[in-house]
Amino acid sequence: MSKVLVVTSGKGGVGKTTSSAALGAALAQAGQNVVVVDFDVGLRNLDLVMGAERRVIFDLVNVVQGDAKLPQALIRDKRLETLWLLPASQTRDKEALTEEGVGKVIAELRERFDWIVCDSPAGIEKGATLAMRFADLAVVVTNPEVSSVRDSDRIIGLLDAKTRRAEDGEPMEKHLLLTRYDPARAARGEMMRVEDVLEILAIPLLGVTPESQDVLTASNVGAPVTLHNPASPVAKAYADAARRLMGEDVAVRTPVEPRRSLLDRLLGRKAAAA
Amino acid sequence: MIAAAEGARPLPQIRFRNRTFMALVMAPDAPMGDWFAALDRELARAPGFFQGRPVVVDLATALAEGGPVAASVVLDGLEARGLRLAGVEGAEPSLLAGTPWARLAGGLPGRDADAEPAGPSTLLIDRPVRSGQSVVFEGGDVTIVGAVASGAEVIAGGSIHVYGPLRGRAIAGLRAGPEARIFCSRLEAELVGVDRLYRVAEHWGASLHGRPAQVRCDRGALRLSALD
Repeated sequence: MSKVLVVTSGKGGVGKTTSSAALGAALAQAGQNVVVVDFDVGLRNLDLVMGAERRVIFDLVNVVQGDAKLPQALIRDKRLETLWLLPASQTRDKEALTEEGVGKVIAELRERFDWIVCDSPAGIEKGATLAMRFADLAVVVTNPEVSSVRDSDRIIGLLDAKTRRAEDGEPMEKHLLLTRYDPARAARGEMMRVEDVLEILAIPLLGVTPESQDVLTASNVGAPVTLHNPASPVAKAYADAARRLMGEDVAVRTPVEPRRSLLDRLLGRKAAAA
Repeated sequence: MIAAAEGARPLPQIRFRNRTFMALVMAPDAPMGDWFAALDRELARAPGFFQGRPVVVDLATALAEGGPVAASVVLDGLEARGLRLAGVEGAEPSLLAGTPWARLAGGLPGRDADAEPAGPSTLLIDRPVRSGQSVVFEGGDVTIVGAVASGAEVIAGGSIHVYGPLRGRAIAGLRAGPEARIFCSRLEAELVGVDRLYRVAEHWGASLHGRPAQVRCDRGALRLSALD
């Protein structure tokens, strides 16, 4: 049974594309057939993060408009053979997408893949609402910070109103992925705690990923963070989240502050987070 | 017991009982189409109010404006909507002679009093109200079991009861006026208003923040007070 997962947030820059790539790769590593679809028409990023920017010939808009067939636009990942990418167009904008066209593409993707991960653009306009329209479940990416939390609440409201599932009266599973969590700042009271965010958003927690320099490094080399450095805390957090998506019961570990040695503290160095 | 002739069975004593009810008096006027459309709206809004109620029809205005044919137009229309006709007033009995309504002529005795069909008077929401959502219910009170998020708004004709944190906007009393109140388990609202008065969070400061509170109109001013 294929599942369409939308990764959305409302707020920009919180980690949707990073998370789409990381979760997609983690699911593929677990043996699932996965396609990650970039819905950010005109500002595409998923191809960069996946390292496929030099292999894009056709994109989602071409397929929706009938200029190309779906297999012509799909790009296979070089590292994982069950991971594919359907990139967005960079030269067009979201007006080029139609609900009917997107619906057909999703239906065709359902025949081939176990997981269709839709990387939503920021905002609440057509791009974002189309990305969530055909979803079976949603991952709401939120930073532990007030603007992001309020925007995520708005998006949750839209998930309950503007998706096919909501219109048909079926429940829409929503999961919270708290990203860029800095345990030191949370301990000092500068950053919202996990409990505070959960109290406001009131949806189940999928996982907490720590603020990490690996994200930028991985994006620079064009690899999902779970493939680039699987041993890093952020990659492990994403891998756990992917396992939870597949139904496994894995306890959520809130990232903790790393213990620093005396030398590190004297020199003001930050150790790698444990 | 009346003594009967020898050999005959005694007659039973009949017991009579009174039953009181309120009949509805309707006085249709032209244009008929509009009047019936308005009636349909009321029937939809509050079906229970009309269920089984005997109806007395005052034809005076309808006949004056539409002539004798108006009688059957009105009475047919009311019967078609399932209303139980119990009497016809404002019309000569001869007008109804020969029609199925002949026996209704002469109306019903009694004194008129005010009546107004009320629609459903309270709206219950048992999910959180998310940011950007707007709940507007003029018909009465609104009760929310859950949080009202920052950036959401609740607007009610009557009072607002939030069993959860109120973080957005709440405006009560669109219909009920200054009698309406706002209650919440945790006051973290951005703006509250009752009738025409409103306050933003800056006005009431930190002392009430996070506490159960009520908002009401008191002698022409908006007053917020803690409930704990």
